[in-house]
Amino acid sequence: MDHYPALIVIAPLLAALLAGLAVWIKERLSYSIALMGLGISTFSAFKVLMQVINFGTIQYKMAGWAPPMGIEYRIDLLNAMVLLLISSIAFLNLLASCKSVTQETSDRAGSFYTIYLLFVTGLLGVSATGDLFNLYVLIEITSLTSYAMVALGDRNRGPLASLNYVFIGVIGASFYLLGVGYLYLKTGSLNMVDVANILSGIQGSSTVLVAFILIMIGIWIKMALFPMHIWLPNAYSYSPVAFARVVAPLMTKVMVYVMIRLMITVFGFDYIFETLNLSDAVVWLGTIAILAGAVMALSQTNLKKMLTYIIVCEIGYMVGGAWLGNELGMTGAILHIFNDALMTFALFLAVGNMVYKLKTVELTDLKGLFGKMPWTMAGFVLAAFSIIGVPPTCGFFSKWYLILGAFEAGAYHFAAALIISSLICAVLFFKVFEICFFESMAHGHGDSHPPVEIREAPISMLIVSGFVSLSLIIVGLYSGTIVNTIILPFLK
Amino acid sequence: MTDLLPLIVAKYNYWLYVILMMIGLYAMIAKNNLIKKLVGMNIFQTAIILFYVSIGYKRDATIPIIQNAHGGHDAHNAVIHAADYINPLPHVLMLTAIVVSVATFGVAMALAVRIYQRYQTLEEDELRMRLVDIGPEK
Repeated sequence: MDHYPALIVIAPLLAALLAGLAVWIKERLSYSIALMGLGISTFSAFKVLMQVINFGTIQYKMAGWAPPMGIEYRIDLLNAMVLLLISSIAFLNLLASCKSVTQETSDRAGSFYTIYLLFVTGLLGVSATGDLFNLYVLIEITSLTSYAMVALGDRNRGPLASLNYVFIGVIGASFYLLGVGYLYLKTGSLNMVDVANILSGIQGSSTVLVAFILIMIGIWIKMALFPMHIWLPNAYSYSPVAFARVVAPLMTKVMVYVMIRLMITVFGFDYIFETLNLSDAVVWLGTIAILAGAVMALSQTNLKKMLTYIIVCEIGYMVGGAWLGNELGMTGAILHIFNDALMTFALFLAVGNMVYKLKTVELTDLKGLFGKMPWTMAGFVLAAFSIIGVPPTCGFFSKWYLILGAFEAGAYHFAAALIISSLICAVLFFKVFEICFFESMAHGHGDSHPPVEIREAPISMLIVSGFVSLSLIIVGLYSGTIVNTIILPFLK
Repeated sequence: MTDLLPLIVAKYNYWLYVILMMIGLYAMIAKNNLIKKLVGMNIFQTAIILFYVSIGYKRDATIPIIQNAHGGHDAHNAVIHAADYINPLPHVLMLTAIVVSVATFGVAMALAVRIYQRYQTLEEDELRMRLVDIGPEK
């Protein structure tokens, strides 16, 4: 069986179709179909990762057409890891979200699962493909489904947030498409490896420079790098929580992956760092993104909104790290893709549990939450420690690589921003802990208020939340293995 | 200044798409009405489609259909010069891009209908005022 690479993407696509049809028969059926589709996808992604580690890069030719004519799925170590990350996060989230989907979008659960599966299909396709135009189409599939999903959320603000997201998303995708057009103009090819081979001969060309700038701006808009981030907080915090849990960790991270893929595979380090010498400017952009994201997070009064600004801050880490122009920085950026996806997922799982019980997560609603939802809060604390970067958790290790990379490149401002933002995150989360732990329930007059009753989220949500939070420590402990078996061989 | 005019005339397709794109971008940024913004978005996307279509064109070339390919007498002898045919690939790519842009437009229109049903207006400043009236969060 060597069709696993296609199966990763096709299983959720077919499941989306079936889940849409199954609603007519029985509402519950679409959930089981979605679970099955993502299960197959996760299994195939695992198989592919093992295959890539053992036998090297897989080139899967769609329908047997050889590149550069046909579309190729090219899966190397980086891809394989990202694919496994996406499919397993989507699968775990589905396990956790059965109850909250019924609660939030009860009349449209079938369409929720269909759009969810299509969204995951898009993300998986973006990570698997080796073709520039195919990448555009898949990015648009991902975006279109997330527009629809955001509108399914908050009935008052969802549609408007979604429409603003449409406008900015279209501008980003169009810039990318335009850049691909210029590349095609110059090289006559759309296959990434083929384009890279042709480009290595014509590095001085101004057409290639324009293509590079357009593509990078397009991708930055899509990943919400600081000045282009305005769509993200509203879109993510007004979407249904079951979707926010998967879009927040995955969407931006996959776009960072696309950026790194284009930098390494298509344009090449020599072109970016020696011919263009753009490193400094973009590392500054990353620095500003980190500081701005952290400061804006500090001013939020809603937990969901606060976390979305932390995503903006984390994007700065990865973009800055990738553009430092040395191996340590790139290692840190790639490791941070995995780690940040996991930590954001753990945070949003905990927030999902809170939303399930409390409906709103204004910081003032969280009083006494340690008493009411101890397990959820335990998961939340672990994830928060990881975002801050407390040593045994995985967040520490990627930050370590990033700081080492910053010192090697002499980008002290970037290292300073990393440390300052960690401090700000510590302030933020301890503010939340203080509200949740020390402030008792508002109506507790006198000394003898009754013991707090535990009102936890459903067991399925708790198990997933606990599992992911514990995995933060496990991934942290094994981060040396990940770096040595996956990232360093990839960068060589 | 004397160099500029030939440059514009020779590469008029690029100038045209840039101008169209900027018109679209202007409408998306500056217009107050959401439907006008949507129209701007569509112009923006169409400009890029025009760009792709124009780069496939060659002077004095014809559509890429080979005559007498099936069963004609001299089909086997005829030498095919690529230069005689325009490049079909950008056009085919744009079929996909058109589908994407139609889908985006459809989703955006549906969202606009939703917004109108909820707030009875599509003007952005009025929407902002209504949102303030609702209060901070749901």
